[in-house]
Amino acid sequence: MRPEIDIDATLAGMTEALRTYLPRHPVMVGIHTGGVWVAERLHKALGLTDPLGALDISFYRDDFTRIGMNPEVKASNLSLGIDSRHVILVDDVLHTGRTIRAALNELFDYGRPASVILAALIERDGRELPIEAQVVGAHLKLAKNQHVKLIGPDNLALRIQSITGEVSA
Amino acid sequence: MTKGIQFDASGKLTHLLTLEGLSRQALVEILDTAESFIAVGEREIKKVPLLRGHTVVNLFFEPSTRTRTTFEIAAKRLSADVINLGVSTSSTTKGETLLDTVRNLEAMRTDLFVVRHAESGAAHLIAQHVPKHVHIINAGDGRHAHPTQGLLDVFTIRRHKGAFEKLKVALIGDILHSRVARSDIHALNTLGVKELRVIAPKTLLPTAVEKLGVVPYTDIEAGLDDVDVVMMLRIQRERMQGAHIPSEQEYFRVYGLTPDKLACAKPDAIVLHPGPMNRGLEIDSTVADGPRSLILPQVTYGIAVRMAVMALILGGREEPLGRRA
Repeated sequence: MRPEIDIDATLAGMTEALRTYLPRHPVMVGIHTGGVWVAERLHKALGLTDPLGALDISFYRDDFTRIGMNPEVKASNLSLGIDSRHVILVDDVLHTGRTIRAALNELFDYGRPASVILAALIERDGRELPIEAQVVGAHLKLAKNQHVKLIGPDNLALRIQSITGEVSA
Repeated sequence: MTKGIQFDASGKLTHLLTLEGLSRQALVEILDTAESFIAVGEREIKKVPLLRGHTVVNLFFEPSTRTRTTFEIAAKRLSADVINLGVSTSSTTKGETLLDTVRNLEAMRTDLFVVRHAESGAAHLIAQHVPKHVHIINAGDGRHAHPTQGLLDVFTIRRHKGAFEKLKVALIGDILHSRVARSDIHALNTLGVKELRVIAPKTLLPTAVEKLGVVPYTDIEAGLDDVDVVMMLRIQRERMQGAHIPSEQEYFRVYGLTPDKLACAKPDAIVLHPGPMNRGLEIDSTVADGPRSLILPQVTYGIAVRMAVMALILGGREEPLGRRA
């Protein structure tokens, strides 16, 4: 099932909303995997000159003792440095907030940013932590057993999947 | 010795005792996981919170600096708490048995033992007697196995030489006494190297060594011909009873890895050594410190490999020690 969301128009809207942050000379950091795809497009549209950073939060997940190692850990890359910088953290879907919690923890192992804002392509219900996005592409209301997933990396598309059995965070 | 004990009912690695019997898929999973930990070691803050609240005990009944230190660093970079118990400080000197020592440490609610022991099979023995939530990593048992060394050796080869199928590999030196050689041989054969040779005087080759899936050579120049990877082994003077080598000078003359002998290998061949090196006995300093030597990168990679093994063993457990009711 595909939700009725025009991704290009959504990205254009996010780009406009992010322009107000440009005077701070922000650095952009995408969260693997979908967040990096979204960040690549925003980074280009905004014409940011610092290289795009990438975070893989696998080593910071709060369910590691339960589900174990992610077999496809990608390397985090924050070679640009984030000390005293204004960071735009980008993810594809903001759901429970646990990914963002993990990403913030990892970010602070690389340095002390001046500020962090969150930009999410999709914001859905189901928050389990007090985390909000400052820039949101689109809102989605889904049933508890439904998950929305970004397909990429070339032509971005959204898929809604219904999960039977236990719903994982 | 059983290999089944290394996996739990769901097929997940629960102890690492030997590389014998580990599938290619299991080895590749460990190597891939290790690769992702390399970046952590290159950061300014070299620590991730994966094993926070877990306790790792380094239980060393045999002296070691490099292996114990790299296990300790690996555990600390995963945020585990680490306790080091050396033989000189242990109560085994007061007559306590190996299993009593382990049971007492278990009672302190520890999660993982890294065990080194001079007796082959010591880590297996412990693994057979610990409860399900306690895990064992063998850090070297007698002449039997040193699985994390084998893993870091193949990790080094993969990183610098790529696909195993194309590679000719030679192991040189004290094959007879070497647990590293045994672990290397199991891993390299499982990963499917093109050709695996062992080079040593007859006195340092086990009988029927061919059965391990290697081609033996007593002539080092013939054995090194056209190889991509040269893996040196340490001459283990402490394990030699009787005359295995005529004299150190004679051994170095015939089997010591010098630039002249290395010239028989491929021009881009890499040189590995598990340390500690006996310079001027099995390896010449010019080679050890030369551009083809990966001896120090091996140490760096060893940390990532040990992080991977610990994370794979302790991650994904339904009832971690800290959360058990």
